[in-house]
Amino acid sequence: MDNRPDLHTLLNPRAWTMFSLAVLLLGAAWIWLSAAPSGATTNGGIPAPRAGFLAPDFSLADAEGNSITLSDLRGQGVLVNVWASWCTPCQAEMPAMQRVYEEYKDQGFTILAVNATNQDSQSAAQQFAAEKGLTFPILYDVDDSVSRSYNVTALPTSFFIAPDGTIREVIIGGPMAEALLRVRVEQLFEER
Amino acid sequence: MLPILQIGPLALQAPGLIFLAGLWLALSLSERNAAHRGINPNLIYSLVLAGLAGGLIGARLGYVLRYPAAFAASPLSIFSPNPGLLDLWGGLVGAALVSLVYGQRKGLALWPTLDTLTPGLALMGVALGLTQLASGSAFGSPTELPWGIELWGARRHPTQIYASLAAALILVLLRPQGRPAQRLQDLAPGLLFWAFIAFSAAARLLLEAWRGDSMLIFGSLRQPQTVAWLVLALSLWAFGRIYQHSRGTILTTEG
Repeated sequence: MDNRPDLHTLLNPRAWTMFSLAVLLLGAAWIWLSAAPSGATTNGGIPAPRAGFLAPDFSLADAEGNSITLSDLRGQGVLVNVWASWCTPCQAEMPAMQRVYEEYKDQGFTILAVNATNQDSQSAAQQFAAEKGLTFPILYDVDDSVSRSYNVTALPTSFFIAPDGTIREVIIGGPMAEALLRVRVEQLFEER
Repeated sequence: MLPILQIGPLALQAPGLIFLAGLWLALSLSERNAAHRGINPNLIYSLVLAGLAGGLIGARLGYVLRYPAAFAASPLSIFSPNPGLLDLWGGLVGAALVSLVYGQRKGLALWPTLDTLTPGLALMGVALGLTQLASGSAFGSPTELPWGIELWGARRHPTQIYASLAAALILVLLRPQGRPAQRLQDLAPGLLFWAFIAFSAAARLLLEAWRGDSMLIFGSLRQPQTVAWLVLALSLWAFGRIYQHSRGTILTTEG
């Protein structure tokens, strides 16, 4: 109770205004001092499986042996979807992915469906793709290299990659709603 | 590798679990604080749950309003459990509206209620930092300092831990039975809440300087710092005004 007058002194209108202005001035000076020099914040320069970073590059083959390299797709919006044929949420989101792919592929959007082949079988994946009529590239990550470089811990995991090669969003788990896919694809195009 | 719990279509990861644990602890703390201050704890519990529900509905509605074409093409997506289909501002407006209406109907006074919730909010700040640490978001800029952590291809400032420590410090300072909290509540309702907002804004203003993912405005200024500065200005003004108002009332009554 004995130091109560100190608080009241600080809180009298004049003193409080001066105190507030001093705090705000210090704050403004700190904002100025801590302005980010170029390269201090991420501008997509480092490859990491994380929004804001450059998507780690990879080359994988489809069932016919045609190799696709991610970095060759610069200039396009890309969805890298890591999946397996036994995974229920993966199965559930594929039809929506197919519809969105059909709608946007001519505008420069691609889906790379990376099958986690070391925990699936290539024949089961091929059969699933044929049954669902999937026309986007299905790639086989036989040695698990993409799953490892993308830190995939759950199936499905989806990476939305902007035309400049940076990851815009990572979605772990599924199924992704069709509206979510549409909005994210539109957002990738906005950055072209 | 962090554990992931797949429940049906929901993939609950470690960050989500930490966040839920934080929310539960914050709710318990707020209930206990309410009981201590003579407010019905059940009302506080229901208020928070109503606010969360309002926030979720508002966030989804806000998103639908922002991207109506996407939902027109697949209307069922409105009910999708995808957390990516949530709009922050819609959520805040929804939570605020529902909480205000619920509080009004139950006769909860605004400032004493916010004071009661303050320790819980501070605890959520601690949980949020740990959530970000588990998910690797809100990461720091590269550093050579010995306490730097390896993250996303570089040794970085552990900004998530800095944020958690700052929130813990604020929690200790404004803890429910602590002297500062008691004095502020004795002076006028609302002061404790605004003190918390001011401290939190000041902490963000300070710590954002070590973030490696800051959004920039005007070339090189960090956007979150400018927002925190404005929030700090607002909270200092509100704190002073509530205090002056309460003094005016006391002096008038005494006079």
